[in-house]
Amino acid sequence: MAALRRDFGRSVTAHSVLGFFTLLALAPIALIVMNAFKTRSAIFGAPLAPPTPDTFDLVGFTTVLGEGHFASYFANSLIVTIVALAGTILFGAMAAFALSEYRFRFNTLAGLFLTLGLMVPIRLGTVGILELMVRTGLVNTLTALILVYIAQSLPTAVFILTEFMRGVSADLKNAGRVDGLSEYAIFGWLVLPLLRPAMVSVAMLTMIPIWNDLWFPLILAPGEETKTLTLGAQAFIGQYVTDWNSVLAALSLAIVPVLALYLVFSRGLIRGITAGAVK
Amino acid sequence: MRRPVRWHIGVFLAPALAIYTVVMVLPLLETLRLAFFRNVDGQAAYVGIANFARLLGEAVWSDAFWNALRNNTEFFLIHLLVMVPLAIALAALLSWPRLRGSAFYRTALFMPTMLSFVIVGFCWKLILSPLWGIAPTLLKAVHLGFLFHPWLGREESALFTLGLVSVWQWLGVPMLLSYAALIAIPGELLEAAEIDGIVGVSQFFRIRLPLLWPTVGVIAILTFVANFNSFDLIYTAQGALAGPNFSTDILGTLLYRTFFGAQLQLGDPHMGATIATMMLLIILAVVCTWLVLVQRRLVRHEF
Repeated sequence: MAALRRDFGRSVTAHSVLGFFTLLALAPIALIVMNAFKTRSAIFGAPLAPPTPDTFDLVGFTTVLGEGHFASYFANSLIVTIVALAGTILFGAMAAFALSEYRFRFNTLAGLFLTLGLMVPIRLGTVGILELMVRTGLVNTLTALILVYIAQSLPTAVFILTEFMRGVSADLKNAGRVDGLSEYAIFGWLVLPLLRPAMVSVAMLTMIPIWNDLWFPLILAPGEETKTLTLGAQAFIGQYVTDWNSVLAALSLAIVPVLALYLVFSRGLIRGITAGAVK
Repeated sequence: MRRPVRWHIGVFLAPALAIYTVVMVLPLLETLRLAFFRNVDGQAAYVGIANFARLLGEAVWSDAFWNALRNNTEFFLIHLLVMVPLAIALAALLSWPRLRGSAFYRTALFMPTMLSFVIVGFCWKLILSPLWGIAPTLLKAVHLGFLFHPWLGREESALFTLGLVSVWQWLGVPMLLSYAALIAIPGELLEAAEIDGIVGVSQFFRIRLPLLWPTVGVIAILTFVANFNSFDLIYTAQGALAGPNFSTDILGTLLYRTFFGAQLQLGDPHMGATIATMMLLIILAVVCTWLVLVQRRLVRHEF
């Protein structure tokens, strides 16, 4: 009986603490999205009230969609993120396969070389990267961003995928070899399909910093044609800073796709973070 | 008998190694090289360590550099002293086996991490703005209205406020890492402790926390590297000049201003490279010291 009461007391404490921090995490987001749908006077008059039929107003969204080039920013972000992720996962999986499957002379060295990037932030090489992009004429192209993001994400991808590759049964691969499959076929047909959960984890883990990055778009591709959503939102808000309807609408438009994606993939993401940590 | 050359190993490794080397490693080395040169009459001239001497010796540069380094250290300490203990406490609550709704809390608490710095920076700028009045209204509701100040606009509080905003954004990561380590502790160990009468808070401090130290070490070093190369939050909230009066200037914003210029200051790739090199040295020195002196001693238990 005493134990039961203690359990009850503990669970009330746990729920109130966790509930408080959950509220703290979500309330600012809710506040922004909620006020984006209100008239200017309601935004300032009653910021904490949800929109009512009286105070409902979409003027912010009209301005954002009319004045900003958000559709093009969004497309740019989508292209950069998807291509960079595809490259990271394919090249990362290939490298991880080579490192975990074969013994060769420079195996450890190549592995160490690639993991070095986990500790050294790529931003410190920005001066050299910009020089490289200027020399190759890639400034203000999405290709520049894609290449940088692949390089930035590869160490993480190789690190996590190598751990998972070690868990793939050797019997399966040897059975493939006995059946005369080439090494490429073993990688593509036998190993890759088994790695799908690991690839989802890597994708989610490397996607956040790519989608949200401001540094490289600002430096390598600040042109109107190549602006990503993050940079576009930054520039738009800077310009419309006194037009609160538009600022709130722009912020909401930037929040919603990320949240939608997160709610779909959060399990894979959380598994990815925890899997990398236990190792 | 010689083994045939295994070309496929090269094919598997080539794309990753090529992109990583060309886009990351070589530019990093090039940045280090540029730090030893200076632009003289449109020509890059080797100047030895003159750029470093200038950065640390000339008041214009050294004041800015030490200010940024000091602010950056403070920014990191806020994360270390506020975010890490909070993350461990929340993870301890989440890992309690009889807790309902743990998955919901995990998902919700991690949500701010998904948002970009632009969103985080502006959201909090609006919420803390005296113009909108959300923060003062909320404080007045609990009779603490006198506590409100335009925190982001004051030199003495701007950096601390931004540190807390950044903690708000990143809390989910150390929380999940600690959570993963805590649920990996085998049940028998905790049951044995319970039989010995070690339960509740004392069980946490005597059994679970000691097993968690290696993870806390990893979290500390990851936080350090992330903080010493951050830029975005300060840039979105306070601009490239990291105001008011450079009180929120950290190494990332100093590097950006030096490299690209801001207002009256002209961009200087060589001094930019010098600052980047200093950042690299600081990060490497701390990471290596940490790995050799501390992380090795944090005993890792395999179950």
